[in-house]
Amino acid sequence: MTIEPSESATDGVPVSADPVGADFDAPAQTPASPRKGMFGISGTGDVSGFGGLVRRHPEVVGTPKPYGGYFDEVADALEEAYPGFADAIEKVVVDRGELTLHIKPERIAEVAQTMRDDESLRFELCSSVSGVDYLNSDARRLHVTYQLTSMTYRRRVRLEVAIPVGGTVPSVTSIYPTADWQERETYDMFGVVFTGHPNLTRVLMPDDWEGHPQRKDYPLGGVPVEYKGAEIPPPDQRRVYQ
Amino acid sequence: MTQSGYASERETTEGRVFTVTGGDWDTLTGSVDPLSNEKIVVNMGPQHPSTHGVLRLVLELEGETVQEVRPVVGYLHTGIEKNLEYRNWTQGTTFVTRADYLAPLFNEAGYCLAVEKLLGITDQITERANTIRVLFMELNRISSHLVWLATTGMELGAISMMLYGFREREYILDIFEETTGLRMNHAYFRPGGVAQDVPESAIKKIRDFLVYLPKKLKEYEDMLTGQVIWQERTKGVAVLDVTGCLSLGITGPVLRSAGLAWDLRKTMPYCGYENYEFDVPTATTADVWGRYQVRLAEIRESLKIVEQALDRLRPGPIFVADKKIAWPAQLAVGLDGMGNSLEHVAKIMGQSMESLIHHFKLVTEGFRVPPGQVYVAIEHPRGELGVHAVSDGGTHPYRVHLRDPSFVNLQAIPAMAEGALLADVIAGGASLDPVMGGCDR
Amino acid sequence: MGIEEKLPAGILLTSVEKVSNWARKSSFWGATFGLACCAIEMMAAGGPHYDLGRWGMEVFRASPRQADLMIVAGRVSQKMAPVVRQIYDQMPEPRSVISMGVCASSGGMFNNYAIVQGVDHIVPVDIYLPGCPPRPEMLIDAILKMREKVMAAPLGPNGKKMLEARKAEGKVPVVAPGAMPSSYRADKVRRAEWTQAVKEGREEQLRIENWMKLQPHLREGGK
Repeated sequence: MTIEPSESATDGVPVSADPVGADFDAPAQTPASPRKGMFGISGTGDVSGFGGLVRRHPEVVGTPKPYGGYFDEVADALEEAYPGFADAIEKVVVDRGELTLHIKPERIAEVAQTMRDDESLRFELCSSVSGVDYLNSDARRLHVTYQLTSMTYRRRVRLEVAIPVGGTVPSVTSIYPTADWQERETYDMFGVVFTGHPNLTRVLMPDDWEGHPQRKDYPLGGVPVEYKGAEIPPPDQRRVYQ
Repeated sequence: MTQSGYASERETTEGRVFTVTGGDWDTLTGSVDPLSNEKIVVNMGPQHPSTHGVLRLVLELEGETVQEVRPVVGYLHTGIEKNLEYRNWTQGTTFVTRADYLAPLFNEAGYCLAVEKLLGITDQITERANTIRVLFMELNRISSHLVWLATTGMELGAISMMLYGFREREYILDIFEETTGLRMNHAYFRPGGVAQDVPESAIKKIRDFLVYLPKKLKEYEDMLTGQVIWQERTKGVAVLDVTGCLSLGITGPVLRSAGLAWDLRKTMPYCGYENYEFDVPTATTADVWGRYQVRLAEIRESLKIVEQALDRLRPGPIFVADKKIAWPAQLAVGLDGMGNSLEHVAKIMGQSMESLIHHFKLVTEGFRVPPGQVYVAIEHPRGELGVHAVSDGGTHPYRVHLRDPSFVNLQAIPAMAEGALLADVIAGGASLDPVMGGCDR
Repeated sequence: MGIEEKLPAGILLTSVEKVSNWARKSSFWGATFGLACCAIEMMAAGGPHYDLGRWGMEVFRASPRQADLMIVAGRVSQKMAPVVRQIYDQMPEPRSVISMGVCASSGGMFNNYAIVQGVDHIVPVDIYLPGCPPRPEMLIDAILKMREKVMAAPLGPNGKKMLEARKAEGKVPVVAPGAMPSSYRADKVRRAEWTQAVKEGREEQLRIENWMKLQPHLREGGK
């Protein structure tokens, strides 16, 4: 809540306006106060003050080199093997012992190919393809993460791409056929369209379902439950600690 | 069937003569073969006794040979991952455990390891908690493989194997019930440790079980391994070699039956698995027979690990020392399952205000997990179970994705089944050991 | 159901009704409808430890055309709902449905977009069995109650009238929740125990106590 300084000829110092229609002994007209009630709150009546807490969403920043462990080797090998490295990589994050490479969506297929084929990378197994919906914390809401495992070197790496709703990502199915159903699931649940996918249809929901259930703005869809006379709202409408 | 597909022909005094060379012959016979003319589409619907739960297979058959098979999944989609976003980190265990219901402790272990990695307390998990986790995970592996033996036996015709498998499983379920209060879907592993300590009676039961099972395994092996029908139905059936497995992302006994000894307990150990002595059984035939051998051998290896874990159990705490994360309740198994132990209730109500506050905050609000994302993978009986957990710093998971081995392994059904006979589809599907709860979540 | 329905009311019909119901209840053939975790407990109930063969139910017919009891065991997802209905429609009369587990009875812990909140939205249910998952013994209890319900089912057009009359008098459900279980009815001593407990208002307590006496880990005094 910011306080707007009132317009005035004096340099920005707020002054109150002259009372309008003032009579000699009439009480001054004070402007209507926007505040209601004792504590100035509206809504739930939460007087604890915790209702006004605003949690800052931390910004994910890239880690500077050196990354430590085998991460440097992987990053250097990828840079060597993939010529467009500099403009494909958005940032590199090393967190809790895991390496995440944020890649531009249109380059993901090429990067994945390099990761699989290059001798010093050899990430043969794509363990998992999953989506995350960062509503409200990222303009490019939908992220797709590819978890790659190298059995030769016993390493794990994560590739992450971010697209806005309506964006597309090239499919890695031709490189990692295991991504077939996993990309279908990401499409089904988040609405990420993978171009070049052999069969992009819904896999978990019925074929004619509308909407993408695991997006954050899709409701959980529960029903209120009546128990011993009281009615409990479904889990997404209860008051819970955030 | 155009003229160009036929061999060249000319009319002679003897009638029409075809000149067939090399590749023409198949086209010629194929075009008049009555069997090949008929393609039937058969739907092995979601309700079927042989499809391991609600899996739908749409088969295009020519005679008995399968030309195309399309698996349709999603009949058990429960929205577990979305539900997790509206629950505590600790309550997440109860949801995750019901994904793959034949190996619930593994789902819990994967989830708890992911949460602990996010919290950064992986090193603080106590020795006893880790040992108990290993112990119970291996017992669960044995019970899952027993169910596999039971259902595969039944599907291939050895119906008594179903009864034997479930009978042995009852012993393990007794052990679980003694410790966790439930036979299935235990919610026993919590982020930070395990919910309740293993009672002496359960340990005794485990030791008795360790003596009992090897004899029975020998019996079942004698029953099945040497039997000609079993061999005919499993040898050379549903072959999928290493390249096929890796490209389809298949891990677990299927990959090991193709010859690659990839076991996350050995290659990327967790929970102290590096301290246990066990082998990773493999086979070279990459067929249903190989997978059968591998799973039987894995039961034996798990028995070894269970014994080592029992010997390793030393008295100690079962939860992390950090009171702000550790589930406070000192639960106990009572008459109606697991709940707060009476001593704990007495303590928080009568003795310690701090304990009461901790209990209250932990139960209502839960602990907060610093923001970030992790991916933790464990060796599930069916392959690699990965948990990709994202936190935004709050008390609820922001996103949890279970990379379930059944979901990924089922992609192999077309590779295994096309070109084979209908009965081999059943055998191949059974050998993949899919559990639809895990597949669809 | 055939010629039995057409018989005129009277002693003959009553006897036929008793015999017919007894035959129906003694040989329930279940349609395999195991969906999720409850299916495993159902299979365990069919296994040697908690043998369903004691009541003639060890056989689960895969074809609904040959089945008369559908045990919906597990969570019913939106995609599966039409299949449940289709299987139910394919079962011939007389048929019954037990919804096993909380997910089938009411949606269970999954109060969300993907799960039908109770299979009674799709098929009419005779017995609801809570539990997550219910123990095999609980499933057996539900089956025994189902048997009692079938035993009391009326036959013929007059039977339907009788049922309506009972409903009007408020005497349903046919098997009241606290009714004497068949396992107690068979044994004189236990029957007497039960009747005594009903007088004191503690029959559920008696059942729990008797069950606990049979559990080894509870016999030693808990923990």
